[in-house]
Amino acid sequence: MASRMTALWDWIDSRMPTLGEEYRKHLSEYYAPKNFNFWYYFGSLALLVLVIQIVSGIFLTMNYKPDAALAFGSVEYIMRDVSGGWIIRYIHSTGASAFFIVVYLHMFRGLLYGSHRQPRELVWIFGMLIYLSLMAEAFFGYLLPWGQMSYWGAQVIVNLFNAIPFIGPDVSLWIRGDYVVSDATLNRFFAFHVIAIPLVLLALVVVHLLALHDVGSNNPDGIEIKKKKDANGRPLDGIPFHPYYTVKDIVGVVVFLAIFAFVVFFVPNGGGHFLESNNFLPANPLQTPPEIAPVWYFTPYYSILRAVPPMFDSQFPGVLAMGGAVLIFFFLPWLDRSPVKSIRYRGPLFKIALTVFVVSFFVLGYLGTVPTNAWGQFGPWLGNAQRCTVIARIFGALYFLFFFLMPWYTARDKTKPVPERVTMH
Amino acid sequence: MSDKEKIDKTRRNLLVATSVAGGAATVGAAVPFVASMWPSERAKAAGAPVDVDISRLRPGELRTYAWRRQPVWVFRRTPDMLQDIKKDDGVVSDPTSEVLHQPAYAKNEYRSRTPELAVIIGVCTHLGCTPIEKPASDKADMGAAWNGGFYCPCHGSMYDFAGRVYKGVPAPTNLWIPRYMHLSDNKIVIGKDEQGEA
Repeated sequence: MASRMTALWDWIDSRMPTLGEEYRKHLSEYYAPKNFNFWYYFGSLALLVLVIQIVSGIFLTMNYKPDAALAFGSVEYIMRDVSGGWIIRYIHSTGASAFFIVVYLHMFRGLLYGSHRQPRELVWIFGMLIYLSLMAEAFFGYLLPWGQMSYWGAQVIVNLFNAIPFIGPDVSLWIRGDYVVSDATLNRFFAFHVIAIPLVLLALVVVHLLALHDVGSNNPDGIEIKKKKDANGRPLDGIPFHPYYTVKDIVGVVVFLAIFAFVVFFVPNGGGHFLESNNFLPANPLQTPPEIAPVWYFTPYYSILRAVPPMFDSQFPGVLAMGGAVLIFFFLPWLDRSPVKSIRYRGPLFKIALTVFVVSFFVLGYLGTVPTNAWGQFGPWLGNAQRCTVIARIFGALYFLFFFLMPWYTARDKTKPVPERVTMH
Repeated sequence: MSDKEKIDKTRRNLLVATSVAGGAATVGAAVPFVASMWPSERAKAAGAPVDVDISRLRPGELRTYAWRRQPVWVFRRTPDMLQDIKKDDGVVSDPTSEVLHQPAYAKNEYRSRTPELAVIIGVCTHLGCTPIEKPASDKADMGAAWNGGFYCPCHGSMYDFAGRVYKGVPAPTNLWIPRYMHLSDNKIVIGKDEQGEA
């Protein structure tokens, strides 16, 4: 039997050597640093969630109807009448939030260990493009259930384009294909969600991995393992991705799937954060829900949008600030001037800055889920300003200062000497 | 370098010309796809002007009509409400409607063709929610200085009964006034005036 399998493989290999070459290049002979830790689970988990979303999404489209008159009913049909429909939908909705959790942790790992730094700038940029596509994918997908929050969320986001000077109203009219969010909008968002953006996303994932495998993976010490090679030209501190890290990642997958299954079975709404209660009402263009809050993964940016007051009779500054808060990540490789990559060898300034940034992200994220009057108003000494708005402004400023001051504090920071070889903790 | 190896650069002209022509053709091919995303003829027809019978609109009454699937308020204001609008001149950010969110005939204190009858698009200029009518008597909710108007439940923007935005709220500008005209004493049309359709 074994010899027959070998014969079959030889038959294939002699006709299509690419298969074996790519297998060796990307798996069995891709040398990854041997000191990967907990934080290195999230890349492979992101890939897993992508597969989960594509598979569950395909099965949802079999029963979903992208029609303003039918969409809401078809989702309820999936939930109640389609065999296993409820679990497929909950897998898909939980997967959306899981995707962002995993990607945010994956990005944070990059910040911790300097994975965005030279020579991995392109890996970082492709990763950021994946993140942008993911936001677009989530936004388009959120309209499809055609609930109140779907409808009004889309209305708010599309109206953001209205704020662009001169061409704004035409841009939003073109995006909607109607004077308000309507059947035309739903139909095209469906097209974007199920085919256009997923294709882009898959292509970007391939490019992200190719770019990574050309330069090699970073590691918690932020040193280049390719600098120390053995006689065969293999990095001394590298181990083949397969089987070592495939096996390690399976552990992560098992733990992740256990948590994922718990959410799907016991708290599919995520306490109102994964599925919002207002979305269980059908969309009604003539009645705005009392409060519009985006899903949790957009709330830090939503807070920044709300915190910026209109200037020159325009809310464009707020929209710019929100866009800037996302796009500024692209410049990270060039804002960071530290001689070391990993937080292990960085000084207190960076550690403080990163902590402040993470806290700002969470505070802004929280504030984006509550109405601006949630914490009442300050007294007349502060012009009766809304407490939430003032706090969002402070943390919004801190968010941007993390980036703006980065060239200064990373260059000044007191760093520790970096070891020659990776360390194991 | 011998003559044989010399690059004949004139041959590149063909390469450049075909690349430019091919590029232009590709851009041209995008036109129908971009065009297909504009509102269709059916959507444009559905956005046609709307006739409204105002004969049974009582003083102080507000009715909402759908025009282009947006809520349009047709609102017969009482003399008291008109007085209240005058009182708000100090608290609204654009009392004389300098920002052109209305046709020229509505650029006045009441933002309407006739003082009593208001026609306002009920879409908050902040992020497109629908504000709620709050009468002057609703001081418990809106504060003692409230003279009646509209309150947006999304982000707390406030407007007076002429759709003028208060200072210090998220919304940057007054509510939009659509094109409209009186067809007779009891009838108006929304989305159309002497100048044509909006």
